[in-house]
Amino acid sequence: MSDPGEQRRFLRRLNKVYGLYTVGLLAFIAALAAAEQAGLPKRWIGVTFLLATVALYAGIGIICRTTDAVEYYVAGRRVPAAYNGMATAADWMSAASFISMAGTMYLQGYGGLAFIMGWTGGFCLVALLLAPYLRKFGEFTIPDFLGARYGGHAPRLIGAAAAVLCSFTYVVAQIYGVGLITTRLTGVAFEVGIFLGLGGVLVCSFLGGMRAITWTQVAQYIVLLVAYLVPVVWLSVKQTGVPVPQAVYGGQLQKLTQREKELMADPRELEVIALYKARADGYAARLQDVPGALALERAEARRQITALRRAGAPLADLQAAEKQLLAIPADEAAARMAWTQAQQAAEARARPLGGMLPHGTPFAGDPDGSPAEQAAFDDSRRNFIALVFCLMVGTAALPHILVRSYTTPSVRQARQSVTWSLFFILLLYLSAPALAVLVKYEVFTGLVGTPFDHLPAWISNWAKVDPTLLSVTDINRDGVLQLGEIRIGGDIVVLATPEIAGLPYVVSGMVAAGGLAAALSTADGLLLTISSALSHDLYYRTLDPKAAGGLRVMISKVMLLLVAMAAAALATQKPADIVFLVAAAFSFAASAFFPALVLGVFWKRANRRGAVLGMVVGLSVTLYYMALNEPWLRGLLGVQAPGQLWFGIQSISAGVFGVPAGFAATVIGSLLSAPPGPQSQAFVDALRRP
Amino acid sequence: MTEAEPTRSYWRSNRRIVAGLLLLWFAVGFGVAWFARELSFGFFGWPFSFWVGAQGALLVFLAIIGVYAWVMNRMDAAQPGGDHSGHE
Repeated sequence: MSDPGEQRRFLRRLNKVYGLYTVGLLAFIAALAAAEQAGLPKRWIGVTFLLATVALYAGIGIICRTTDAVEYYVAGRRVPAAYNGMATAADWMSAASFISMAGTMYLQGYGGLAFIMGWTGGFCLVALLLAPYLRKFGEFTIPDFLGARYGGHAPRLIGAAAAVLCSFTYVVAQIYGVGLITTRLTGVAFEVGIFLGLGGVLVCSFLGGMRAITWTQVAQYIVLLVAYLVPVVWLSVKQTGVPVPQAVYGGQLQKLTQREKELMADPRELEVIALYKARADGYAARLQDVPGALALERAEARRQITALRRAGAPLADLQAAEKQLLAIPADEAAARMAWTQAQQAAEARARPLGGMLPHGTPFAGDPDGSPAEQAAFDDSRRNFIALVFCLMVGTAALPHILVRSYTTPSVRQARQSVTWSLFFILLLYLSAPALAVLVKYEVFTGLVGTPFDHLPAWISNWAKVDPTLLSVTDINRDGVLQLGEIRIGGDIVVLATPEIAGLPYVVSGMVAAGGLAAALSTADGLLLTISSALSHDLYYRTLDPKAAGGLRVMISKVMLLLVAMAAAALATQKPADIVFLVAAAFSFAASAFFPALVLGVFWKRANRRGAVLGMVVGLSVTLYYMALNEPWLRGLLGVQAPGQLWFGIQSISAGVFGVPAGFAATVIGSLLSAPPGPQSQAFVDALRRP
Repeated sequence: MTEAEPTRSYWRSNRRIVAGLLLLWFAVGFGVAWFARELSFGFFGWPFSFWVGAQGALLVFLAIIGVYAWVMNRMDAAQPGGDHSGHE
């Protein structure tokens, strides 16, 4: 496929196929919209969207099925730059980008921009430091590169293990997203939803490997982009009359800031805050004397039951009172824990704007305020920078993105492909902050102040899916919804946007299908990375170097199936929120791969011992910091030692310690041992040649 | 290891370009973010630092990658034995 004429013909054919596909997609959406007007029930719209898109992806998978190793692992190395960019963009934009990012910005305002900057800035590192050299090298996996540069099995195997670790963490988050969407779209149970979505992933990557994944991802990119842009543009037209939200939401941000000031001074909001404060104080008082408070609470519950019995109250009331007695914590330790949590939860909501910071103001606290405010400001700023750093470096080290450098026809196109990737990613990323502002404006002005008996239907619909994602309670019993009375999870903001804005249900179905496309496309790429690490690096390169191409592909397919099942099983446990899992994967990748890869190209003196030491130390530091400070991991691993933050950096940014540690260990390890042999010198020279 | 002189000068200029672009990347990505509170003056409706985080930085990143690909691909094509594929 090095013949330029053939490449051009291939490109023209691709343009035609995907052009027709896009027209077909729009026609399909229009037809469903018409069907909705004609009275097609909502549930059917959701199911149609789900089945049609999953069938489409599976169809592409069947058309592209292959058993050839070059086709299976790197799509035959003939994907043109623009299409490779589009596929990378879909590979890249996961459930976290599509579902959670705008939601995180809704909740955190400026703080959420760390994700926007981090997930785009990382591509500069990919393009400048890694992609051209990886393409020049031109093998199959990232551990391949480590093995060839440093020699021996150790760098390759550690690389494969790290690739499995970070991709697995990442894929669990994607499958969780798939479950969330299928549940909402079709009303099936969460566990069933996960396995339904998984079917779609498997048919595609199982049959056709990288080839099928690439062409499916291009199709998925188009779905997810249309699905993201339609509601934002619609909201923008509704609020401002201009269909280019990216250009005009500055004005909405000003109005939002004005509204935030009003709400902060609103007496009813203050009433809600005072009630939460009282609640928090109540728990604090009980925590002062846990045994006493516990005894008092039990006595009170028993007294009530006796009173009810004596009065001959209905059975239902009596049962409710008995349930209340049972709900009282069993012993002192349980009571202490439950009340501490309840106190913290109430404390968090006893703040202006339901605990959210003003949207346009960077960082918490105040650099010119009291010492506590200054500390809060410094802490918030440090964490922001650390998170941006981790996400950027992690982007440049995630194996499923880097492996994309192998699928273009030339080094030239590898460079252009990264540019195209970022271009296609920006189409969505420039809209996400706009979406957050527009939705927030809608909620702050439209929803807040609605009487409780007139609440829109979407609130109860989403509360049914998962009450931790959305709940409203009339705390001050005035029958009107206040901002402080809404608890909304970041993961539903995008999915609920069409309903919040009052758009037809077909848009909701489309957004859900887009979220599904984002999650599935990333899951595809990740599963393939994991199975290549196991089948190519572990089995073929290390255990059985004589294995034939067909056998390697076969083993890869079996691995894929097993890994997918394991990830789905873990996802049904609902381990942590999507953004945390994803950010953790970035920290793992950043600290394991980035130093070894970059120094491998830019520092000839780096040798095997240094690389091995660097990867192990970098990854260990990150894992240690996370296990010590992340509550969910602490519970999982049974960590007893008290958590301790270094410089106040949250565990989500653990890579900020892992990456420098990895660099330092690589340098020290290399300098303390003999320089690398002529073979790896020649290898680096070859990489650097034009 | 003996290297041909043109290869070495190619690598040197590559390193220089990478260093320059990374400096710009750092200034936009981390510099503006660090001074975000100070840089909150109005900018077409947005607070400036918010706009940079949401749009400005992203466009600069895209420009950095685009410029690098363009410069390097031209340099490659000018090299004897360089990569001319896809050159139209």
